[in-house]
Amino acid sequence: MSAIKIEHITKTYDKGSVTALNDISLEVAKGELFGLIGPDGAGKSSLFRILTTLLIADKGTATVDGFDVVKDYKQIRGCVGYMPGKFSLYQDLTVEENLTFFASLFGTTISENYDLIKDIYVQIEPFKKRRAGKLSGGMKQKLALCCALIHKPTVLFLDEPTTGVDAVSRKEFWEMLKRLKEQQITIMVSTPYMDEANLCERIALIQNGELLSVDTPEKIVASYPQQLYAVKADNMHKILNDVRDYENLQSVYAFGEYLHTTFKTDEAQSEPKLIAYLQQKNNSGIEIRKIEPTIEDSFIRLMTEASTS
Amino acid sequence: MEEKAIICKDLTKQFGDFVAVNKISFEVNTGEIFGFLGANGAGKTTAMRMLCGLSFPSSGEATVAGFNVYKQQEKIKRHIGYMSQKFSLYENLSILENIEFFGGIYGLSDKQLKEKGEELVNTLGLQKEAKKMVGELPLGWKQKLAFSVAIIHKPKIVFLDEPTGGVDPITRRQFWDLIYKAADDGITVFVTTHYMDEAEYCNRISIMVDGRIDALDSPTNLKKQFSAETMNEVFYELARGAKRSDN
Repeated sequence: MSAIKIEHITKTYDKGSVTALNDISLEVAKGELFGLIGPDGAGKSSLFRILTTLLIADKGTATVDGFDVVKDYKQIRGCVGYMPGKFSLYQDLTVEENLTFFASLFGTTISENYDLIKDIYVQIEPFKKRRAGKLSGGMKQKLALCCALIHKPTVLFLDEPTTGVDAVSRKEFWEMLKRLKEQQITIMVSTPYMDEANLCERIALIQNGELLSVDTPEKIVASYPQQLYAVKADNMHKILNDVRDYENLQSVYAFGEYLHTTFKTDEAQSEPKLIAYLQQKNNSGIEIRKIEPTIEDSFIRLMTEASTS
Repeated sequence: MEEKAIICKDLTKQFGDFVAVNKISFEVNTGEIFGFLGANGAGKTTAMRMLCGLSFPSSGEATVAGFNVYKQQEKIKRHIGYMSQKFSLYENLSILENIEFFGGIYGLSDKQLKEKGEELVNTLGLQKEAKKMVGELPLGWKQKLAFSVAIIHKPKIVFLDEPTGGVDPITRRQFWDLIYKAADDGITVFVTTHYMDEAEYCNRISIMVDGRIDALDSPTNLKKQFSAETMNEVFYELARGAKRSDN
């Protein structure tokens, strides 16, 4: 049995004028760390809210841990943990009071499931008498995760836990998730950061309420249909504009210190011809090489295809 | 001598015992794209508020667009643009109304407002949406519009506080095209971001740790200095030593 099974879910707002999710189907296996990757407004939060029984879909069905999200909402609320995108603990309760509150809501105690949260809780325990509203962003996030875990959920939903969080805290957060996975908890996590996709076992790329692709990060990257090139020169802004005007060009966009580009017709002479063109345009320090795509490259490609088809 | 857009010497901000910004010194050249990086709570926002004339420093010196941050705050506000990470246009005004409102605040004449409004709507390709409420636009469009409004009065410097958070990868790049264009037009760009690939698009970057600037150079030189392959590694190397987190 899958931990999460979504079949043909559609959700619209404003009397059908805004489509948040369009005929979405996917399955998440028990114990899987599954990532929902997409920008703001892609439909990630709507999907989370449907799966946690806070919102009812227009069409389609879904089950979490075998329970139907409409009929069995009570059972689902008892067995899932949910960390919404917006901080939603009680700001004027202390760390400890928040945790005790959530434990007692679910008929349990902190000590009963302490093992599960121990690694995370020890990091905020020195501040247990502090009001949640006075915590730093990183600590709020850790407390929210503890509160979502305190009743030992079978499925954990984390909606953009790392948005607005710096690179160091993001890395720490993902290490915590890996340790939770070892405890057999199914985790569905969403993020707008493409580089976090590689930390999930499988991912769904989502944009404008549609799934662009669902697979392992490795397979998504491997299915990139063309050779990708990285191009560099001393003046990156100039070279970007020059490459954009180049005839034999499928796509080009900035990617960190390089441009990533694909050719319309890719042949042995494509590279030297592009170099010659760029030299003629007075670029210096030109560098070009074949590279493997990243998830972000795949996302950009799938997004472009979806908007032109 | 080349005119500096920002000159900052030993700039400090203290809240009680807490030194939020600790003697930072740097200069930003006119027309430069300057990346202002740091972990959450490193002091970026506090530093930026002082430079924008929104808060007085505790000590140290700084001039922004040639104006003193202690004595000429109102002049600073007139000569800079600012875009916050939180969307700051009026959601229930149309695109043109927002342009009129913000342009009007910056003292543009009716004629200028009309011209600017048309120009901006055309550049962004928003002709069809010009009379729509801003709240109805997708996030990426909103951010591009907010940026364009922030530079509507042709400021000398524009401050961008995490302008691309949560924006899709294609729109994020279109946003950087706008930044490049502004820089080409001579506007100095001061930008913060959590995306390390965007750090690469800056001419120079500084990295703040615990209120100090611990590194400042071009992305290429910083990678050399830290023997790192990517800016992500440079950032991680510096920021993991931080004692404090968030604000």
